[in-house]
Order: sequence, then structure tokens, then C-alpha cells
Amino acid sequence: MRARPRRAMQAPAVTAPLLEARKLAKFYPVKGGARGARLHAVDVVDLVIGQGESVGLVGESGCGKSTMARLLARLVDPTSGAVVLAGRDIAEVSQARFARTPDRARIQVVFQDPTESLNPSFRVFRAVADPLRRLRGLRDASEIEARVRRAAELVGLPVELLQRYPHQLSGGQRARVGIARAVVVEPSLLILDEPTSALDVSVQAVVLKLLAELRDRLGMSYLFVSHDLNVVRLLCSRVAVMYLGKIVEVGPTEALFIDPRHPYTAALVGSIPDPARRGAARPRLDGSPTSPVDPDPRTCRFYSRCAKSIDICNRVMPLLRTVDRDHAAACHLA
Amino acid sequence: MSFVTLARNTRYAFGENRLTLIAVAMLGIMVVCAALGPLLAPYDPLMTNAAVKLAPPSAAHWFGTDVLGRDILSRVIVAARLDLGMAVSAVVLSFGAGLALGAAAGYFGGWTDAIVGRVMDTIMAFPLFVLAMGIVAALGNSVLNIIIATMIINLPFYCRFARAEVNVRRELGYVEAARMGGNTALQTLVNHIVPNILPPMMVQASLNMGWAILNAAGLSFIGLGVRPPTPEWGIMVSEGASYIISGEWWAFMFPGAALVAAVFTFNMLGDGLRDLLDPRKRV
Amino acid sequence: MTAQLVVENLSLRFRTRYGNVQALDGVSLTLGKGEIVGIVGESGSGKSVTAYAVMGLLDDTADVTSGRINMGGAEILKAAPDVLNALRGREMTMIFQSPRTALNPIRKVGRQIEDVLREHGNVPARELRREAVAALARVRIPDPERRAEAYPFELSGGMCQRVMIAMALACSPSVLIADEPTTGLDVTTQAVIMDLIRDMSRGGDMATLLITHDLGLAGEYCDRIAVMHAGHVVEAGPTEAILTKSAHPYTRQLLAATPTAETRMEELSAIPGSLPDLRSPLPPCRFVMRCARRQPVCDEAPLRWRQCGPDHVVRCRLPL
Repeated sequence: MRARPRRAMQAPAVTAPLLEARKLAKFYPVKGGARGARLHAVDVVDLVIGQGESVGLVGESGCGKSTMARLLARLVDPTSGAVVLAGRDIAEVSQARFARTPDRARIQVVFQDPTESLNPSFRVFRAVADPLRRLRGLRDASEIEARVRRAAELVGLPVELLQRYPHQLSGGQRARVGIARAVVVEPSLLILDEPTSALDVSVQAVVLKLLAELRDRLGMSYLFVSHDLNVVRLLCSRVAVMYLGKIVEVGPTEALFIDPRHPYTAALVGSIPDPARRGAARPRLDGSPTSPVDPDPRTCRFYSRCAKSIDICNRVMPLLRTVDRDHAAACHLA
Repeated sequence: MSFVTLARNTRYAFGENRLTLIAVAMLGIMVVCAALGPLLAPYDPLMTNAAVKLAPPSAAHWFGTDVLGRDILSRVIVAARLDLGMAVSAVVLSFGAGLALGAAAGYFGGWTDAIVGRVMDTIMAFPLFVLAMGIVAALGNSVLNIIIATMIINLPFYCRFARAEVNVRRELGYVEAARMGGNTALQTLVNHIVPNILPPMMVQASLNMGWAILNAAGLSFIGLGVRPPTPEWGIMVSEGASYIISGEWWAFMFPGAALVAAVFTFNMLGDGLRDLLDPRKRV
Repeated sequence: MTAQLVVENLSLRFRTRYGNVQALDGVSLTLGKGEIVGIVGESGSGKSVTAYAVMGLLDDTADVTSGRINMGGAEILKAAPDVLNALRGREMTMIFQSPRTALNPIRKVGRQIEDVLREHGNVPARELRREAVAALARVRIPDPERRAEAYPFELSGGMCQRVMIAMALACSPSVLIADEPTTGLDVTTQAVIMDLIRDMSRGGDMATLLITHDLGLAGEYCDRIAVMHAGHVVEAGPTEAILTKSAHPYTRQLLAATPTAETRMEELSAIPGSLPDLRSPLPPCRFVMRCARRQPVCDEAPLRWRQCGPDHVVRCRLPL
């Protein structure tokens, strides 16, 4: 069926953990609902990102992946749980206090829409230099300039563009500026929230190759949040699948795509447009997720849409358990 | 949008719109009058001359004379300084305070927003001109108090606008990036958000100027603030109004026309600025 | 196969402040009954402009400089406004990119479908509600009776898109134009919506024009694909041929830049350069500035179509 050989299933490299989410949860109070009703955006999640590892985070809209990314980026404070960076729980201090610690520079974010993520009244140089001044406390103009230039060169941004305003740049150039701004402070972890979804396919290719190259050169870890599974497959060595605030499966990329153990992952993978399957009727996942407000703790979240559900799925919430080497799924039937 | 685009589009927008050009020219004339008033006036605006009282416009007195024989043209020219001065001062103060309060309310939300909101609601609960009258009456009859009164009644306008503009931008990527880049909330607001809301706020300020002039003149018209014999358009209209029936129309008409011209100028300028900044009009 | 829609040599430009934008140049394509044809291109390629031209929705700033559009016998470019209004909604319909914004936010969805039926269908007034609910059921919206009373903001993105499809198909048109119908939807919802479009299209013997930037999507759902670049159709043919035996350098590069299930990072390649400025004078082939195979002959006018396979044409001097 497929003309080309598959990529080998890589044995996952065991690396020292860089960032760990332990029992991380974010609940939002719901206005106008029952008293005390809370929306479980991220519902007690564990996730480990190793040094130099690229982890993908996928799921439908509303599954909590963006909230998870923002929790790990310390842009929001969790309701409970810990975010451990190199042994220290950085969730203990409030987000505002954290912004003034040196650890802030270790985790940076590349945002989704390059147009929105650049300040229209800042020239590119200032946009990239600002974190240097604030986070690294640099004052020396020549040193700032040297670092900004180096960042520009790393991302392939021509030096003359440094004096331009964002509206004078193309989409791809803006994306590069966003990346330059994030890497100029030399972070250990780069969180990318749908960095290429607003870009044309040809520009996306350039940015993806850039990200891969940067990762190899600078040794950064990535948390890559995306709904485009093919892109995640390209860039990440491990993937976590979220559904209604919980991680339902996590494992090496190829294993997840070739042999998904959770029905939701299987549905996701099966929904990717595939020219080779033209005309074939494939099993489809219809309907919408159940409400994330006060979900029933005794039922699998996916129960209502699952084609394979059995009686126990409605009585006991399946926990994430190992089903294969470094591969875990939260399903009674995995 | 940036000031760069502003400058680039200025030539284009102004070139395209005749009315805006006219408004700019008129603004120029008014500023010159305000700056050089006493030098330009043909007569001493305070000098009375009973012999020529209520004389119609003539070669000697282009705008005629008032009931005390003072040259109306001179008084109109010199009054520009006071009227424009009061309006500009009030607008600048209003703009500054409104920007600060509104931006803080829009960004921080919570109690800040609640308190600022209630204060603005209180101001807006009154018919604004009546409130201004009340403030001047309470604080005392002086030019400074006219400025303060005008500033207070204009405050909600800027405050609401700044709040809305900041609110819209608060969730944008570059604001989050600023926080990620180590900026405190206040630094983010002042250095990253506020520069972006200045252009639209300046449009509002320009449109508001006309209103501020009318307000100041209106207060003087009813006898608050400016005292005779100070030349000021509002007072002049008030004094001249008594003579409409007897047919000496020039006494109120010329200062009135000056007021109309001033308001028209700022409104046209504001429209021109708004066109400049309208993203849909740019290709 | 009888062609339901024929676009022949369509060229048009937009008059703007900063010059004339040569938006389309010599665009030709045909659409037959029961076919799904995809127009694939990046932003700025002219695919949406083509769709709007076909629907007769261009505004005054557009000047058609050549070509014709024939929809089931009617000449779109020459038709009077009332003729076009009668055609739109009944014979040819369109579904748009952002479902929630394309629906009227202050009108219940059931009423919006009734509006279409009232205007274009021959449905007696007392049957309108029943027909609207039936239309919702046809697009497999669960509990259609209740959903008909919902406002767009109460429905998810996927549901809104189904409502839009229901509105478009309410009068059984012969041509459906889908302009990026699944952008912004989750991949699972996208699959369901595209399956629906495909089933409705085949079942109703409709001709469907699918506009998308996603080559993979077009690959799975379209019978034929036309690739556009900078206002030109550069290649058109059966899907299989376009994906495996493409003849135009741009198509090849687009394929190489699109990640698939098997792509490895080393294989992913970018397309050099960027779109030419459509306001300035342009060479006959608009891809020359970005093409590695460029030769002097490429600058000679005119650039004609070449046959490179059954039903497969390419607009290139040196096809691959």
C-alpha cells in the first residue's frame, strides 16, 4: 500500500528530566452554573519533558492543551499541583513574582499568530532586545546589539530587517522574529503554541526546518502544541494526547501513530487526510466532547463517543498506565 | 498602528481630502492669532471709545465695534488665545488623566476597574454642562476653574475609550510576550500597550477639542468664569446677543462665527485623522 | 461528462489606490456533474477570487479583462443582477470559511434555512419549517427539531458548518463552491464535514468546487485538482496524476513542502522566493523568479497549455 518505507520506531532516549508537571490542575469557576461548579481545564496531569527532548501536545480544541502550555510556561497560576524545573517547584511563587526571577528566562514561548505576537509600534530590534534588558538585566548597548544580531542570524533574519516594523515584514519573517525573541535569552525549554498554523505551507516548511536546526544547535527542549498531526510527527520524538483536560495517551511518536492504544488517538490519527485512502469510508468520530464542567469522576471522559466502550468504562475512570515501552494509555481496553 | 505609517499616510490622506486641508489652514490661522494676538490686532482690544459705539463693519473697523466702542476684530483675534488656551489645557489634562485611569482600569480589571467605573458613572450621571456650571460655581469664578470643570466633564470620554482600547489589546500575543520577556504588569501596560492606543486616542482628542471650546465658551456665555472686559468669544456673544433685536448683528455674529469656525476646524481635523488611521482605507 | 461549470480564460484585475492588481490571468477550469474539483493554492494565489467571480460576487473595483464563465448555460459575467440573484442560492451556492461568522448571529438557524427556502425554493409557507428541519436532518445534525431553534453562538464550529451546508444544499443546487470549509475546525470534525460534503455531492449529482490550501485534504476528497499560483492555474488534472506525476515545478515544490505521514525532516523543502507583486508588470510565467529550472525560453510570451497526460494539462515551457 505504501510505496515508501516507514521510519523506524525509535527507541526513546532516556534523558534527564528538565520540566515536570506533577498532578497539575487548573479549574475555573463557572459563572451562572450550579454553585461551586468548576470547569476542569487541566485535570490533574503528569507530564515530563526531558533535556533536549521534543514533546508534542495534541488534542481537539477545548481539550486543555493550550491551558497546559500556559501553565508550563508559567503564564497562569495552577489551581493545584507542581511544576518542577530542574528540581525546584516554580509553581510555588505567583506568576508575577516568577517573572522577576532568573528562571523566567529558562522557559520561553513562541506564539501562534506572528502578526499578533509582535508589538506594532516596536521595531524588530527593540522587540528582540526587550527580553534581554528585562530578563538578563543587560545594559550595555553594544552587548545587547551583539546578542540581537546573533539571534537574528540564528533564525535566518537578514540584519537590515532589524530596523523595520512588523507590518513591513512578510508572514515568514514575522515568525522568525517571534522565534528570535524567544531564543535570544537562551532558554532551556521552548514552548511553541501552534507556531505555524497561520502560515502558508511553503513558509511553514522553512520555519519547521529552522526549529529543528535550532533545537539541534542550541540543545533546547520543545513542547510543541499543535492540531496538525503531520507537523507534530515531523518534529517531536514523543507525543501526549489530551482529551477534556486529561492526558489519554503518551508515548514515542511513531508508536502513537502506527499503533495507537487509546480509541481517541486512533480516531485522531484516522482523521488525518490521506490521499492514499481516497473514496474509502473510514470510521469517523462524530459528536462533541462532553462538558468539562464538573465531569463525572467515575466515568471515562471519552465514554460517550467511544465505539469500543464496555460496561466498566462507565463505572471506573481509567488511569494512565504503561502499555508498552515508555508508552502509556488511559483506557481499560488498551 | 505605528507613527511611521501615520506619517506616510498623512500626505496621502490630507492630499486626498480637501476639507482636511482647509481645516489645517484654518487651524494655522487660529494658532497664529493665539500666539501673536496682540501684535496682529489693529486696535487695543480693551480700549473703549464711546464715540464709535455699535458702529457697523466699515473700512476702519472690519468687524464693527461693540457697545463700548471696542474694535470687535481685535477682540476676536486676541480672544483666540484664551479660548484655545482653555480648551487645549482642559483637553490635555483630561486626556492624560483619562488615559491613565482608563488604561489601568482596562488592564488590571477587578477593583481598579470597579472604582474607576463608578467614579466615571457618577460624572456621567449629571447633564455635563450643568455639572460644569456646578463645579465653577463651587470652586469660584476663574479661568482656571473653567479648565478644571471642562477637564472633569470630559474625563469619562477618554477614560472609557482608553479602557476599551486596552481591553482589546490585553489578550494579544505581544502583551503575553512582554510578560514572558520579564516586564512587570505596569511596564507592560506603559511601554507595550499604551503606545499603540495613542493614535486612536489622539483622534478622539481632536474631535473633543471642538466640544471643549464650546464648553468653555458656554460657561462664559452664562457669566461664569471669564469676567469682562477680558475678550473671550463666549462673553462677546453674550454681550452682543442683547443687540440682535435692535439690528446690530455684528456684535454677536463675528465672535459666534469664530466659535463655529474653531469647532468646525477641529471636527474636520479629527475626521481627517480618523481617515488616516482607518486600516480599511489603506490598501 | 457534461460540464456543469466552465471557466474559460478568465483574467481580471482590481483597481486600487496603489495600482492595478492583476489578480487572475487566463484561468480556465471545468467542473462536471458529480465531480469534486479542488483548487489548491497558497494565500494570494487567486483561488478565492476565482470562486467569487464564479458566483458573480465581485465588487465594482474588479475589472474582468477577458474570459467567460458559464454555469449550466448561463453566462455569469454578462448576467443582469436579478438573474444572478435568482441563480445564487438555487443553482449555485457557496459555503464559507468561518462558519460562525458567516451565519447571522441574531437569527435562529432554522429561520435562516427557511429564508433560503422561501427565497429560492418553491416551498409553500406552511411547509417551510418542516423542510428546514429536514434539511438539518440531511446533514446529520442530531435532534434537528430542537437545534433549529438555536442561535449560531449556541452551536459548535462543526455544527455551524453543517448548518451552512444545509442552507447551501436546501434547494439542491447544481454547483457548490466550498471556500476553505474546514479551516479552523478540528481534524476529527474536518473529516466528518468533508465526508458529508462528499456524500451530498455524489448523492445529489452536484458539481463541487473545493478551495483549499491543504494539498492533503484535496488529495483525499477531490477527483481532480487545479493548482494555482499568483493568479495562474499552473497545472490541472486527475488527483492521482497531480500527486504522483506532477509536471509543474511549483506543484512539485508544494508537494515537497507539505508534511505527510511519511515525510522526514530532511525531505521537507521550502519554496524559494515569494509571491511576485501583482501590481507590477509580470512575465508570462509568474513562477520564473522562484523556479530553479528557469531558462531564457521561459520569458517568451505567450505561455500556452500543454497536455501531459490524459486530462492533465500544465502551463509551463519545460514541464517535468
